[in-house]
Amino acid sequence: MNEKFIKKRGIVKRKRCTVGYRNEGGIKAIPHNLALDIRRNRMLYVFLSIILGYFLVFHYIPMVGLLMAFEKYSPVKGIFGSQWVGLRHFKNFFTGPFAVKLIRNTVIIGLLDFAVNFPAPIIFALLLNEIKNRAFKKIVQTVSYMPYFISSVVVAGMIISFTKAGGIISVAFSFMTDHVSENLLNLAEWFRPIFVLSGTWQWIGYGSIVYLAALSGIDQGLYEAARIDGAGHWRQMWHVTLPGIMPMITMMLIMRMGILFNVAADKLLLLYNPANYEVSDVINTYIYRVGLGSMDYGMSTAVGLINSLIGTVLLLTSNRILKKTTGSSMF
Amino acid sequence: MKYKMKPGRILFLAIDVLVLCLITFVCFIPIWHIVMASLSDPTSLNSYTRLVFWPLKRMDVQAYKVILQYKTLWISYRNTIGYIIATCLLTSILTTMAGYVLSRQRLYYRNVYMMIITFTMIFNGGMIPTYMVIRRLRMIDTPFAMIVPGVLSVFYILVMKTSMENVPLELEEAARMDGASDFTIMLHVIFPLCKASFAVIILFTAVAKWNDYFTALLYLPNKSEYYPLQMVLRNILVTSTSDLTSDTVSMQNNISLYKKNIEYACIVVSTLPILCIYPFVQKYFVTGVTLGAVKN
Repeated sequence: MNEKFIKKRGIVKRKRCTVGYRNEGGIKAIPHNLALDIRRNRMLYVFLSIILGYFLVFHYIPMVGLLMAFEKYSPVKGIFGSQWVGLRHFKNFFTGPFAVKLIRNTVIIGLLDFAVNFPAPIIFALLLNEIKNRAFKKIVQTVSYMPYFISSVVVAGMIISFTKAGGIISVAFSFMTDHVSENLLNLAEWFRPIFVLSGTWQWIGYGSIVYLAALSGIDQGLYEAARIDGAGHWRQMWHVTLPGIMPMITMMLIMRMGILFNVAADKLLLLYNPANYEVSDVINTYIYRVGLGSMDYGMSTAVGLINSLIGTVLLLTSNRILKKTTGSSMF
Repeated sequence: MKYKMKPGRILFLAIDVLVLCLITFVCFIPIWHIVMASLSDPTSLNSYTRLVFWPLKRMDVQAYKVILQYKTLWISYRNTIGYIIATCLLTSILTTMAGYVLSRQRLYYRNVYMMIITFTMIFNGGMIPTYMVIRRLRMIDTPFAMIVPGVLSVFYILVMKTSMENVPLELEEAARMDGASDFTIMLHVIFPLCKASFAVIILFTAVAKWNDYFTALLYLPNKSEYYPLQMVLRNILVTSTSDLTSDTVSMQNNISLYKKNIEYACIVVSTLPILCIYPFVQKYFVTGVTLGAVKN
């Protein structure tokens, strides 16, 4: 059938020819015929189907599983046989005792983390950029990237050991505040700063890498021009440096927006305990606890769906807004 | 252009250097403290509440002797290395394939396939539905659960695709004239030119796998013999449920005195190797972060 098709169109069939290229000017592209295309590029389609198969199984089939959010899921009956309950899980969640606390904690930790740990690497990169001594720069960079390689389990272990009664951080604060040294993680007012600042410690060096790269890409001629025009260091930073790294900041901001309220559950799960649930329990930890702890799959999926949707909306809106205001965007 | 610095500038630079030194110090000192404390004399360490700059009293390696005999830790070490090798192998093969396919302009509906793949970055099914799929595939409590889910990352595919798109089309055409198949072209023409991105992807996958405990927490609920290193560390450092340092066991074995030393020694043996390797791969690492960010 394919031979016929080709003859009809008057295209000469060559063995392993490049007839299929669409964007080549010289060779006429054949009209689209998927069967023919697959025959021509069998290997390509084998690869493609493996890749798409992976995404189908591990990403798209779970999306079908989101139906569980609207069901009284029973493992015996399966996703398609379980009883449909509509929005009951959502209603139960929002009227239940956890919703307010979880949403409050998620928003506070998310915003706090964003407010501190988004600008920190930018400021660090700008400070480092002012230094001209290569050796000093290299040492600061190498050392500050180090915490990134320490796993969150070990970081959590260190935090627990340092902040418990008699630990170095706890004792240091007890000197400052004249209290007895106690387990800081159990104190509501300390949990959030510890969580956020340990994040700064882990990420500040690593996060600055992209900004340092952007900074080194700024045309030095611009600085010279600014100097000739009489701009001091601050004005140079304001009018040359910041615009120079703005596209990078924008892009990082969009990526960051998508995970704004997707607080890192893996680290929280290590640090939280019943004593600090009041401030440490967020949506993601709740999803884990309810889903795999008490096996309430429907409820857990429903809350997870809300979380995913919030992430998607935030990502797309921030992308849209930044596209309009700054012209650069991710999609 | 040499010119005299204003006093304000000098002050700024002085503060700048000071702040940077402080950041460097803060980044470094907890690590140093842990290493030195693990080597300290346990009785002095347990009552000492300040930073340890040098082993207290006398060097004591008893804690290291204890964990050297703690089999669970070394088995998990081996498991983690196995997971890293397997994941890196699979990731590199699949990402190369994906990058190759999606960078071919002759592929019809390329943008549709791209959209199908990037959509998963924007929206996902979430923890429980993914768990159900893994369970249905009978991967729970098997090493496969540690390797297969998450073996392909959209981000790495994008990095690979962009770097493969930068290879001139003429090279591929020439190889095709000589009778090379897609497989040969991918392996012998395109791939050698994208080795930098490839190295970066391997590096990042390895680091991520090394740090991963959450996958094990989700998918290996009943099989502690398959635990990766981080999971065993979690039991030692965070939940104190391991058979090494939990209160009852340490009482019996008379090592409760060494509890802190042992915990710190575990941190050292599990973290120091990667911290020692890292300065040598830092170059790739920096290119990698930048590559991913700039190209997208």
